[in-house]
Amino acid sequence: MSETLTAEKPIRLKGRSILALVLSPELPFDDWLRRLDDLAARSAGYFLKRPIILDITGLDIEREQVRDLVSRLGDRDVRIMGIEGAAPSQLAADLPPAMSGGRPASDIDPADIQAESPQPAAQSKPAAPEWKPGRTVPSIIVTEPVRSGQSLMFEGDITVVGSVGSGAEVVAGGSIHIYGTLRGRAVAGSAGDASARIFCSKLEAELVAITGLYKTSEDLEPELRGKSVQFWLKNDVLMVEKLG
Amino acid sequence: MGKAIVVTSGKGGVGKTTTTAALGAALASRGEKVVVVDFDVGLRNLDLVMGAERRVVYDLINVIHGEAKLQQALIRDKRLENLYLLPASQTRDKDKLTPEGVEQVITSLKKNFDWVICDSPAGIERGPTMAMRHADVAIVVTNPEVSSVRDSDRIIGLLDAKTARAERGERVEKHLLLTRYDPVRAESGDMLQVDDVLEILSIPLLGIIPESTDVLRASNLGTPVTLADKHSETAQAYFAAARRLTGESVPITIPTDRRGFFGKFFGRKAA
Repeated sequence: MSETLTAEKPIRLKGRSILALVLSPELPFDDWLRRLDDLAARSAGYFLKRPIILDITGLDIEREQVRDLVSRLGDRDVRIMGIEGAAPSQLAADLPPAMSGGRPASDIDPADIQAESPQPAAQSKPAAPEWKPGRTVPSIIVTEPVRSGQSLMFEGDITVVGSVGSGAEVVAGGSIHIYGTLRGRAVAGSAGDASARIFCSKLEAELVAITGLYKTSEDLEPELRGKSVQFWLKNDVLMVEKLG
Repeated sequence: MGKAIVVTSGKGGVGKTTTTAALGAALASRGEKVVVVDFDVGLRNLDLVMGAERRVVYDLINVIHGEAKLQQALIRDKRLENLYLLPASQTRDKDKLTPEGVEQVITSLKKNFDWVICDSPAGIERGPTMAMRHADVAIVVTNPEVSSVRDSDRIIGLLDAKTARAERGERVEKHLLLTRYDPVRAESGDMLQVDDVLEILSIPLLGIIPESTDVLRASNLGTPVTLADKHSETAQAYFAAARRLTGESVPITIPTDRRGFFGKFFGRKAA
């Protein structure tokens, strides 16, 4: 068993997903804001300090009206982190940035949020690496080789029954298991899960990374090449050992 | 209804056109009705290798644009009466290949021929994607060296994603043809071994074609290598590949260095 340390600490770029609330305003805004005030009055502090995205898809309004709406929401302590569904003509440098590619989560009932409101900050931290019994991570199994140029991305664990070709990449929110040769890139824990690991039957990788800490083939010890190995994180250091 | 084959590779210069002509002639000499189609619009070569460059009147683009009938564009081979060529245009732009036009041409060729063999251009852009679009079978031509193998891996990925069959949830039957295999360099370790290539690409092997001056000689003569000298090692390897393509089981032999002891020491640069 050989454990090895990375010599230098590289700069880390992390992915992170945060549950954001989406508000979809309706015209006329006066009427809609009145209803919003109504809701806020019933659930005190509901919007405070939460990341809010404004969805203005399909609204026929000018940039000035967007600016006005954002400032009127600001008066209510509603801070907009991004605007979804906006045309470039509706945005400006002093407005929140455009956002796209969000995936819908389940609708949120303000009453539920009230109940669990003491720990809103937990949402913005990466998931704690502790193992909880019954924790379920979504996973997929891929029974085809991942070919050069293909990019396989999944929020949970990825199992590849086959090889990952040179110039191919596998990006997982959780762990990665490769029952074949890893010749391309494997990126695990892409959303910050430090408990994620990478396993492969034969190591020929171009790059492996967990939560943004990476090693390229040059950083990997030559005696690990062609071996069955696992990678994991220990105190922010990318560890590697032979298996079996 | 015939089968449409695409001969593809990603990388250039690996032997796609040679293979298209050689397999086309090999299948035709077994009595099958064959058409070879050049998809390399703007850089056509197949007409030269088939020895029909002076007989091209209409081409694939003319047919797609309705400027000529399919029958007018098809050129019958002078040596084998059931072998035909559909040439590419040398002057027109590859953007003139429309998906609908290509589909129409391939469909009507499949009705009239047992084998429709499409010679793909190199790369992964429009030309190659059009050539593979309606293929039932793909022959992935690969040289035993790393850049060719990686490009082939990329092409196999596209065959599984961008073809009409893939979009219908079916599979394109894929075969690996290892070409320009040099036994001397394989022995000395300068080249990837057959097993390495098979392990990386993980598709079935259709045959191994040895590196040979036969290929150059035949294409300069405008003759498919399987018609130039039927008994050459290269021709034999292509004949065996053609038989495997029709479903026959023919054992694959890895070419070896057949020169004697002194040949190995003194003959390295002889060819």
